Amino acid sequence: MKSTKNPKNQKKRWYDYLWMVELTYMALGFFNILFAWLGMLFFCIPLIISLVKGTKGYCNRYCGRGQLFGLLGGRFGLSRKKDIPRWMKSRGFRYGFLLFFFVMFFQMLWNTYLVFAGARTLRQAVTLLWTFKLPWHWAYHGTLFSPGVAQFAFGFYSVMLTSTVLGLITMVLFKPRSWCVCCPMGTMTQLICKAKSPKGDIVTEEP
Amino acid sequence: MEPKTRTRRKAFADTDLCVACGCCARVCPMNAIQIRNGIYARVDRTRCVGCGKCARECPASVIEIREAQA
Repeated sequence: MKSTKNPKNQKKRWYDYLWMVELTYMALGFFNILFAWLGMLFFCIPLIISLVKGTKGYCNRYCGRGQLFGLLGGRFGLSRKKDIPRWMKSRGFRYGFLLFFFVMFFQMLWNTYLVFAGARTLRQAVTLLWTFKLPWHWAYHGTLFSPGVAQFAFGFYSVMLTSTVLGLITMVLFKPRSWCVCCPMGTMTQLICKAKSPKGDIVTEEP
Repeated sequence: MEPKTRTRRKAFADTDLCVACGCCARVCPMNAIQIRNGIYARVDRTRCVGCGKCARECPASVIEIREAQA
């Protein structure tokens, strides 16, 4: 009998294993903070895809973080699988959260600039949830360039770790990939797609 | 006598709240869901069999399975 199943869902593709890249990234930052720079790929690739192709191809296929949450919450059963509260999926909250992330990101860039300019010394710490300073000195082994390079790495890793922790919390409380609802990168790429899309393609209700 | 209208269960996505993450398209066994221009999920209801996998997977819970006229 011919199977009605879509072959796409039967056979795994190379990009279905990108959760390993996410895990490796987080692990590398634990041993040498300069690896945090690789995280720029997780920022640039989705933006390039949305700007060039006008799609959320990164979220749809290549997001290792989403896959990791899907795996932990789904196969490993670490999620309550409850509906996310309505306010968390509202545009107001999503756009507000994106703005908040932007502000925090630029504050991190400002701190990096201060270290580059010599106005501040390097802080060998990772800031979790924009508040808690975690000692992370074991991951710093010096840099060939300015200490600002390492300061950016600490700051960037803080952003990545914070969003991973928030993603894990939403995964446990709600559905495995609930982080996707308020993920600042997802919101930003969707906004780019909206801006790029012909006006007739934006509908408010599915026919 | 009124003619009988057949109804079948189909998936409906709230395009306004959809975040276009693609989780639904990934699990659809009929390949009936497409992410339109990175903005929202669109269900091809001629293919949809109303299995509900997408609704269970949707992180924003914006997919509903309801009766639709066949």
